Amino acid sequence: MNPAAIAVQEVSFAYEEAAVLEGISFRVEEGDYFVIIGPNGSGKTTLLKLLCGLLKPRAGTIRLFGAPLSRRRRKALARLAALVPQAASAEAPFRVEEFVLLGRAPHQGLLGLETPEDLAIAREAMAFTGTAHLASRRLDRLSGGERQRVLIARAVCQRPRILLLDEPTAYLDLAHQAQIMDLMEALRAERGVTVVLVSHDVNLAAMYASRMLLLAAGRILAAGPPGEVIAKGPLEAAYGCPLAVETTPGGVPRVSLVPNGRRPAGRPPPGVREVRP
Amino acid sequence: MRTPLPIARILRVKALLLPVFAAALLAGLAWGSGGGGPGALWRSIAGLPLEDPVLADIFWKIRLPRVLLAALTGAVLSLGGLVFQALLRNPLAEPYILGISGGAAIGAILGILAGLPRFPWGSLAAFAGAMGTVGLLALFSSWRTGLGKDALLLSGVMINAFCGAVILFLISVTSDVRLFNILSWLMGDLSLAAMEQVALLAAVTAVSAAALFFLSHGMNLILLGRDTALSLGVRLEALTWALLAVTSLMVGVSVSLCGLLGFVGLVMPHLMRLLFGPDHRVLVPACVLGGGAYMIFCDLLARILPRQGEMPVGVVTALIGAPAFIFLLRRAAR
Repeated sequence: MNPAAIAVQEVSFAYEEAAVLEGISFRVEEGDYFVIIGPNGSGKTTLLKLLCGLLKPRAGTIRLFGAPLSRRRRKALARLAALVPQAASAEAPFRVEEFVLLGRAPHQGLLGLETPEDLAIAREAMAFTGTAHLASRRLDRLSGGERQRVLIARAVCQRPRILLLDEPTAYLDLAHQAQIMDLMEALRAERGVTVVLVSHDVNLAAMYASRMLLLAAGRILAAGPPGEVIAKGPLEAAYGCPLAVETTPGGVPRVSLVPNGRRPAGRPPPGVREVRP
Repeated sequence: MRTPLPIARILRVKALLLPVFAAALLAGLAWGSGGGGPGALWRSIAGLPLEDPVLADIFWKIRLPRVLLAALTGAVLSLGGLVFQALLRNPLAEPYILGISGGAAIGAILGILAGLPRFPWGSLAAFAGAMGTVGLLALFSSWRTGLGKDALLLSGVMINAFCGAVILFLISVTSDVRLFNILSWLMGDLSLAAMEQVALLAAVTAVSAAALFFLSHGMNLILLGRDTALSLGVRLEALTWALLAVTSLMVGVSVSLCGLLGFVGLVMPHLMRLLFGPDHRVLVPACVLGGGAYMIFCDLLARILPRQGEMPVGVVTALIGAPAFIFLLRRAAR
């Protein structure tokens, strides 16, 4: 059996004293479209940072393609896994092409002197993400959707085997959300890149993911194909509110909040005390 | 659009700025209160006899060290601003921001009060003060987990503010002629330039500028933010400390020799960025040449504007720098 793209074994992590992840184990196979969901503060972003070596686990091991992450040098790691952080600060007045070219850094020497080949790879990454026409625009002048695609172009230009994204669809409208998710699918299908992304949008995730992971309070509540993870039991346990799960005609599970109006009469929502005059 | 490869861009910027720098150098030599002018300077360079033989001494023994010291200080302060603006990711950062100026000033003032000769002992005291605050800074930031940019910035600003209070205290208890020496140091003073100082600062500047050039792509990556920089393979802690060490050292030496010259480190990096873009591999050489030329120009104004004597050059850099900075910010925002 090939080694998994990512193998996480009994990993725990804490900031100062507050435990964030407790004994997490899972595998991401090469070519997976892997989506991590979970409520705010469940440890999703921390997990992503652990996967690319930004944080070091307190306990447990993370292996990328069979080799322990802790043994890889930072630059070698950067050639293997790229990160598109959450709401990446892109305030520097770089032009889009200059910015995307910075993705070549892990493949270059100290001065980062670009070769014509680096430039070709950057152009190709921009073409792939549909940002070639933005090349000479300033990064801080782009719209939200354009900027997110440019941030992804920078990571694609890094030519990683694993791409990690933290809420890449946050603050985007429906069409732009689908555009980003389609782009990840193309990256996976055409280039064999393993995609791991954190999302708050459970339904969008269910439409695209090959496998999902549901985190809550630093533990895994469910893992597997969307059909198994998007289930009433684990989701209600994770989010702590009443949910309805149905299956769309396309066979994709859909979650929706149960509106207060549909609650049986006379029963208050959980956690709310009835007030009697 | 074609992005020229970096070497080509660096050479282009050097080709643009070298004539500017050379022109500033010659202008700084030619004019001044002792007379001269371009004609006499040319005769002196060409080895032709001068009408007034004293002029040769004025050109080469008095003005040359001064002009060179101005150029080196301008280069150092511009580079310092460039580094701190990248490191702290704050456009208001300047080479003095982390308390290097405050510490150096305390050292210099104590040196003056103790009656030490200005060079080398006064300079050494100033340098010790500058390094003292950097040491404090390192201590404070090691208390925190990691090296958050705001933790560093806030500690530095507070150290500087405390130093300001100590300086005011020292001034308030001084009443004799030493007060004038203190104030002239605080306002920045190039008038006592000597070749030993020039040689020292030249050596420090050459080494530091070379080191910063090799770290310049790292500064580009720092601009992308901590997480992205780390995920691109940057060894952020090591890079941060290397940049801090090099910059503190060169700014400390410069301040200890020339006093406090404000706004140069704020204005020049912004101007160079506006002209040549945000790539630090281009900006490092641009700041050396542009900052050098600008400081020579300011010093020239300080020497020729007043009817009698001269102004402290720090007054000129501030008078030009503050409005220029506002103008640059408006341009950059467009």
